[in-house]
This record gives sequence, structure tokens and C-alpha cells, in this order.
Amino acid sequence: MNVTKNTEKDRLNFWEKLYLPEIARGLGLTLKQMFKPPMTRQYPEERWEPTGSYRGRPVLVLEEDGERCVACSLCSRVCPALAIEVQAAETTKEKERYPVKFEINMLRCIYCGFCEEVCPEEAIVMSKDYELVFTNQEDAILGKDKLLIPIAQLQDRLEFLRRYK
Amino acid sequence: MPQITIDGQRIETSAGKTIIEAALDNGINIPHFCWHPGLSVSGNCRMCLVNTGFPRKAADGSFERDENGNSVIGWGPKLAIACATPVAEGMVIDTKGERTEHAQNAIMEFLLINHPLDCPICDEAGQCKLQEYGFLHSKGQSRYNEQKNQKDKRVELGPNVMFDGERCISCSRCIRFADEVAEQPVLTFVQRGDHVTIETFPGTSFDSPYSMNVIDICPVGALTSIDFRFTSRVWEMSFTDSICPGCSRGCNIKVGVRNNEILRLEPRTNMHVNQYWMCDDARLTQYKFVNENRISSPMIRSGNTLAPTTWETATARAAELLKNYKPSEIMVIGSAHGTNEDNYLLAKFAHSTLKTHNVDFFRHLDNHFADTFLRTNDRAPNSHGIVEVGVKHEPSSGVSMDTLVERIKQHAIKAMYVMGDDIAANSDFASALTGIECLIVHASNHNATTALAHVVLASTTYAELEGTFTNMNKRVQYVQPAVATQENERIAGLQMSRWDKFGASNDRWARGERRNCRQNWQIIQNIANLFGADWNYSDSESVFKDIANHIGAFSGMSYNLLQEFQGLTLGKADSPEPKGVVYQSHTLKPN
Repeated sequence: MNVTKNTEKDRLNFWEKLYLPEIARGLGLTLKQMFKPPMTRQYPEERWEPTGSYRGRPVLVLEEDGERCVACSLCSRVCPALAIEVQAAETTKEKERYPVKFEINMLRCIYCGFCEEVCPEEAIVMSKDYELVFTNQEDAILGKDKLLIPIAQLQDRLEFLRRYK
Repeated sequence: MPQITIDGQRIETSAGKTIIEAALDNGINIPHFCWHPGLSVSGNCRMCLVNTGFPRKAADGSFERDENGNSVIGWGPKLAIACATPVAEGMVIDTKGERTEHAQNAIMEFLLINHPLDCPICDEAGQCKLQEYGFLHSKGQSRYNEQKNQKDKRVELGPNVMFDGERCISCSRCIRFADEVAEQPVLTFVQRGDHVTIETFPGTSFDSPYSMNVIDICPVGALTSIDFRFTSRVWEMSFTDSICPGCSRGCNIKVGVRNNEILRLEPRTNMHVNQYWMCDDARLTQYKFVNENRISSPMIRSGNTLAPTTWETATARAAELLKNYKPSEIMVIGSAHGTNEDNYLLAKFAHSTLKTHNVDFFRHLDNHFADTFLRTNDRAPNSHGIVEVGVKHEPSSGVSMDTLVERIKQHAIKAMYVMGDDIAANSDFASALTGIECLIVHASNHNATTALAHVVLASTTYAELEGTFTNMNKRVQYVQPAVATQENERIAGLQMSRWDKFGASNDRWARGERRNCRQNWQIIQNIANLFGADWNYSDSESVFKDIANHIGAFSGMSYNLLQEFQGLTLGKADSPEPKGVVYQSHTLKPN
């Protein structure tokens, strides 16, 4: 019978088998780390500001004269998790169509960014918002009131898209 | 019989046909915008340009051969439009070669110069001929840097049709439809060159009862439905083949459903019934009653109100009530809105279970609705079928609809079993029905009859049932469920859009109501079994098999044959009319 052995006993050398020197070495490593600057952050007092490339919660771009979205529903079609629901309606504005209802179910969203990629109007973009906490399922469905974000707050992402998309 | 060769395929066709027709007969689709088999040839879009030629002959009359022995083709100096070039003996046609492709690319580029490409806004997106050919025959980028033409974007050509001048590619399909099919020649081109647009003649409106067909035949999104505009993207809906219940013509339709609600109806090609068309009235009226004002569970009367209850309680109550009356005191009313299956079991229930001779049905006649094209004066889809399956007045012994009011007033009829029809909409019946002791009603919507009923049994509409209708020309046509109920949700073959398929309970977009309604024949079977009838039909098909076995006119028919031939004529199941080539101008591709 052909048996390959690789037990702990075979792997360790004499000093390692003694155990105590290894304990001392481990404690030494811990001691060294104590004098290095910390890797962690005091969240929520200290917050991390992501860069433009970060894919946080998808939001709708709000311009001065209203939303950019024309309710073409491509985001909803491309969404692999079926998180987005759009209901279009007619307006008298030059862009005849607008979303009377736009809802993203954040429990379904997987932050893939396909909605942003497919959008012909650059109306839905990924924001820097990563703080998503809900106490029930209904709250996790965000409507237009929570989705529309003024364009001034989204400049980093729009700049990133212009450069790299 | 000229023999022609299309893309290397030898085809025998008949003289006088155009290249595009000969190709379509043999399953070859030549790209086109303006050509439509139901309209005259106009030949203005130039999309169907193909390379044509003939085998070259030597001076001695023999065919020239190349080194491989194939005949040498003398191609024409210019391409020809396939829609207006008749076939000729020996013609060779190339629809895919470099020269043809070059022409198609050029035409597409030309058409797209002034097209706004506002697909995200346009209702046609997803089933647009221009999008489809843009994908197949276009380079994907524009060389046109100049300003696009600005035209009127929201013009109401008629009460139901909205026109967007910028999207129009001037194919003239709508103009020819108005002239030739709707016979209301009010549309015309105005201006010239790239300023050309479509208008109605001053003082006229395109309000023909068939005007909305131009929305279907428009190859782009220039003509949209005012009723539907922006309601849904096409790919969010499922389209189920069905039959229009609006009149006895039985136009073949497609039912567009999203979130268990019908959003629109479209015609479906059937050359033996409605060709490519349907009337506006049906499009605008034959879906709302499926979505609104529905009876969503069986109800029984307690005091002055109708209270929802379970099927067991409701059917038991109905049976209990009916057992109190002598057969001659019971009137059974069938429905021309019901299927052959429903009415067959109703007739069987009346004759063999209740043993009454009082069977008849209400005719929905409206002479104002009829015209010389598709609309008929009989506003129910199945008046012919239900007589065939046994719902008819027995002159010797039975009470008819004509004498019913009088008999109710004489207390000769004390109980009524009404399947489907709102007979109390008629004021004579309404006053008579208030005095009746027992009124059992099958109904899909709340109406005047259900308000008077003692037991209301929630039935399906045409969009939720499987069955057959027999139209005015005795053509039996198959209907299948498009909208889910609690009963049919899990049946095989129900078309469902992505939304309806994958929705969960916490998705707001998937909360369309599943109603607790049943097909009429199922309800009748349950009641009949309480009388000890011991019927065990498992589905509509088993009822139809019974009809085919027992009623001569239906013999030889089956659901499979009805679907294969898009309907069969009564008594002629062995010699079905050939289905022919079913041309659909442009539809949503399966996704």
C-alpha cells in the first residue's frame, strides 16, 4: 500500500516539538505589534471615505430641473438580482418619459454596478454610501425619495465613469 | 412555374409573385421596412435591395460554365428591390452577399441620419424593426456630425394614435393602411426630402375603428398607442396567444401581461379570420374587465350582503338551494361568453342532473357595432358554439329567454342558474329577478346580476381559462390562460414574464392578485357531483375530448390540432385549411 505520511510529528523539527520556545516567539510577535500604528478604525466616530471607484448603494442623479432618469427600465432588465422596479409615465417636458416609481430592493442588490453600466443617460450611479441598515424588509425597498441624490454629491463617481467607463 | 435560386437554394414558385413573397414562402426573410403582405407595394424604403442576375448564355445558346462547371451568373448592373421585382424563370438572387450587404448597410446609415435614437424613451424598443436591422445590418457608429432634423414629436393623428415625426422613417405603411384597409384615406406625406413628415388632411382625424393597427405595423416607434404609452417595456410582459371575446369574429390576439395584469392586446396573424388586424374597440375595452372590479372568491348571501366564503360552502349551498325546486321550476341560462367546454357541461348538468328542459342563453346583439370588415353584430365570442354543444331553447317543453320574464312573474320559474352573463343589465330582467327565490350566478365581475344573487360563484374571464370558442364562421379556436389564478398558477405552459416568474413575497413588483376563481365547467362539475353525478374531468382538454366524442360537428378535433392549424371549422376536422405562411411584421424576440 502506498501511503504518504505528512503528520504534524513529521513536519516539526526538534525545537518546535519542545513547544516552549515557540510560545515565546509568538508572544514576541504580539509585543512587536503593540508598538506599531493600529490597522483598525474607531467606527462610527472615525469613518472611511471611499474613492470614486467604490461601488456603494446605487442612487439616481438629481439635476436642477429634476431627475435624469427616463425610466427606460434597462437597469431593471439587466439587474441579475431583480432588485430594481421602474414604472414609467408621461410628462410634458422635452424628455417625454419619467419614472413615476423607482424602487431598489437593497436586500436583493448585489452591488455589481450593471445598472450603472447599462444606463444610457448616466442617471443611475453607484454612490459611496455603504451604511445600509434596516430593521424590516419593507424599509429596505428604497423609493425615489431616498434614491435621488443631488448631482453635486456624486461628482467623484461621475468623474470616475467619464475617465474609465 | 418559374424556378428561381435564392442564396443557392432552388425554389419553385408561381409566376407573378415578387422576390420577397417567394422568399417568405420558403422561409427566407429579406430585410424590409415598407413592404407588408396586407398592403400594396410601395417600394420606398429600399431596405429589401437584393442582387439579382441570370445564368449567362454563350452565343450558341448553351449556358456558360466556369472551371468548376458551375454556370456563370450575369449579375444585374444595379440591385433590385425584392418587394417590387417579379420573379422570372432562372432568376438567381443573392440576399446575403457582399454587394447586398453593402447596400443594406448604406440604407441603414441613411435611415439613421435623422432618426433620434431615443430608444430609452421609445415604446417600440425591444420589438423595433429599425433596432433589429440596426443590429444586423449597421456599422454601429454614425459618420453624421451635423444637426439632426427637428420635427413635431407629439401629434395626435386621431383619438388613439400618437405620431412622433422624428422617429418616422417615411415607409408609408400607415398611409397605405388608412387608404386600403381602414378605408379612411386621411393620412398623407407633406414636405419633401428630409423634411418629409406625415399629417392628417386639414379638418380630418384618423379615427377609423381600425386606426390602432398602424401602431403594430409601424416598423419604428413613430406611431404609439395613447392608451398604452409608457405603461411597460415590451420585454417585461409575457405574450400569450388568445382569442378576442369582443365579438363573434374571434380575432386572434396576443395578450400582454405583467404582474398578473393585462396591459395590452395585439392582433395575431390568422389569414382565415382576422388576417393581421383587430379593431380598436377590442384593444381598448377587452382587457380592463380582467384587471378591475373582479369577484375574487365565491360568495353567499347573508341578509343584504354577499359574504366571501370557501368553494366547499358555496357549492354546497348552491346544491342545497337547487334541491328545493322541481325541475320545471329551474331555469338554466348558458353564456355565449363561456367556452364550448363550459356550456357543454352546463347543458349536461341541466339535462341529466337537474333534468330541466328550461335551458337557453342570452344573445348580445348590437347592430351598431357591426361593419363590413371585422366587427360583427354579435358581441359574444361563442354564440355558435354553445348551440352546438346543447345550450339552446327546447321549443316543445322549455322556457325561452323571450318568455322567461313572464314565467318568473307567474312564479312558474322560481330558481335560476345563470352562467356568466349579466342578464340584469337588461331592465326587464332586473325587475323580474328581484322577485325570484333562488338565483345562482357564475360571474367574473361585480354587476347588476351578482347584486341580486343568492350564491355567486367566482368564474374566470377569457384570459384565465383554457378552452375553445366557435366563431361566426363555425371556426373552433383555442384559448389558453394568460393571467394566473390560484387555480391555474401551476399549470404547465402558462407564459410568464421574468417578473412573474421570479417574484418573491417581499417584492412589490410581484404582488398582482391571484384570484380564487375557477373555470365554469369546474364549478358545474363540483355542483353536479353533489347531486351524485360522479363526473371526473381533470382538465379542459378532457371535457373537450368528451365533446369531440359525443358531438358530431366536433369529431376529430383536439387541442393539439386546434393549435397547429390555428382553429378548425366545425365538421371539417379531417380537412383543415392550410395555415400558410404566418407573417408577423415585428415582435418581441424570445428572451
